[in-house]
Amino acid sequence: MKLLVAVKRVIDFNVKPRVKMDGSGVDLANVKMSMNPFDEIAVEEAIRLKEKGAATEIVAVSIGPAKAQETLRTALAMGADRAILIQTEEEVEPLAVAKILKGIAEEEQPGMIILGKQAIDDDSNQTGQMLAALLGWPQGTFASKVEVAGGDLNVTREVDGGLETVKLATPAVVTTDLRLNEPRYASLPNIMKAKSKPLATKSPGDYGVDVAPRLETLKVVEPAKRQAGVKVGSVDELVAKLKSLGVAK
Amino acid sequence: MKTLVLVEHEGGAIKDATLAAVTAASQLGDVDLLVAGNGVDGVAQAAAKIAGAGKVLVADGAHLEHQLAEDVAPIAVALMADRDAFLAPATTTGKNIAPRVAALLDVMQISEILSVEDESTFTRPIYAGNAIATVKSKDAKKVITVRGTAFEKAAAEGGSGTVEAVDVGGSSGKSSFVGAEISKSERPELTSAKVIVSGGRAFGSNDQFHGLLDPLADKLGAAVGASRAAVDAGYAPNDYQVGQTGKIVAPEVYIAIGISGAIQHLAGMKDSKTIVAINKDEEAPIFQVADIGLVGDLFKIVPELTEKL
Repeated sequence: MKLLVAVKRVIDFNVKPRVKMDGSGVDLANVKMSMNPFDEIAVEEAIRLKEKGAATEIVAVSIGPAKAQETLRTALAMGADRAILIQTEEEVEPLAVAKILKGIAEEEQPGMIILGKQAIDDDSNQTGQMLAALLGWPQGTFASKVEVAGGDLNVTREVDGGLETVKLATPAVVTTDLRLNEPRYASLPNIMKAKSKPLATKSPGDYGVDVAPRLETLKVVEPAKRQAGVKVGSVDELVAKLKSLGVAK
Repeated sequence: MKTLVLVEHEGGAIKDATLAAVTAASQLGDVDLLVAGNGVDGVAQAAAKIAGAGKVLVADGAHLEHQLAEDVAPIAVALMADRDAFLAPATTTGKNIAPRVAALLDVMQISEILSVEDESTFTRPIYAGNAIATVKSKDAKKVITVRGTAFEKAAAEGGSGTVEAVDVGGSSGKSSFVGAEISKSERPELTSAKVIVSGGRAFGSNDQFHGLLDPLADKLGAAVGASRAAVDAGYAPNDYQVGQTGKIVAPEVYIAIGISGAIQHLAGMKDSKTIVAINKDEEAPIFQVADIGLVGDLFKIVPELTEKL
């Protein structure tokens, strides 16, 4: 089974985002960028499936600026076999990303597409579900466990009440949650090797997808700030405060 | 504007998150409700009583027992033929189904809205809530998920909707339910609790996490939450996680114990009315958002607090 993994270049999760003074967005100039953490988990899961013999080839895809090549090289260094960059300087919304990925899936015919459940920049949590819908495939979202069983997948999902397991016929779309695995670091030899792995560059137009945004961002502001309050010196004082709030009798 | 709200229900009861979605929908126009499931007569009757309910459209079929997205989405899509907006609560169920509906309608979804500005303009959090974007949709139809803590709950009683059966479609045949491990607790649910006590990695073990936090929670009638670090370490199950990618909560009082306050955690709880922090590190970022802070060793403080309450 061939696996397709989608990865996004986003602000590093350790960086505190700063809203631009003019309210046009978040300032990304000279900010450390990394692979979306949920996508790292997706790449790791693909590699583990290949190591277990459940997958034969891993193709990593990213849709973004030329610099997203770095993100793809990271995926290759972790263990993906080849990469495709759909290069565009525009911001591409989840619906358009899903349409492009559909085009790639039709070309590549993977048995499974693995994506992060959400990107930590726009926090949309949409792309995987949209892709599954467009392809007419089943979906296993927010996965904490993926098992390949013949032509089916058993996907355990993190849901509000606990865990739920669904059986999906392949081809299928899986989106990753935090507990699926712990991604590996790429070793130096693998980073060197990744430089010679194939990376093809294409454009959204190659898949006939119009990436014009459907949502217009009118403004971006900082949320209301909370003020730090008071420190109390003892449990007795804390109990008194909780009583005054009416939460303790 | 005509809207359709996905009713989230479990064990025959409507979840509170639905009521917040109804409030958001009522700011857009008329509200019809979609109840999908198996043997959901009671849920439909209850939905009809929600204040502002118009039609309650019921898709009742054996294949809808577990509300699989593959089977529910086409039902919603068909009902959207003569409606303008589809809204779902931003729960794991809503997040699973709504984007599928959006893609089939060729609409770009607006996720986790915080407010309705006008019929096509909404605010929503981005970057773990470190920025709030105002976005205007150019799509003719809207597909929206609603953050439950951002809208008042519509009254569960007082409505007079009319219940109507709709085409249930069929099973996609591509996905099926295998099983579930649902956490059972006598305590209130995290997303609707008035008081939450939440623990971090500092508890050191599953035994200490529950041994210390559970009695405190019981004293306060509180729900128990956890930071990602505590869940990753196995001290608490995944459904306890509060944060950017876990549950978003806004109780009257949130008591964070042994939680340093990573931005991803703050994203899930900083709209709480009062935040109490207990941490041994007085420089911990949690104190920057806490209304009441106590610096000290949780292993001493928590038992003393539980005893004195």
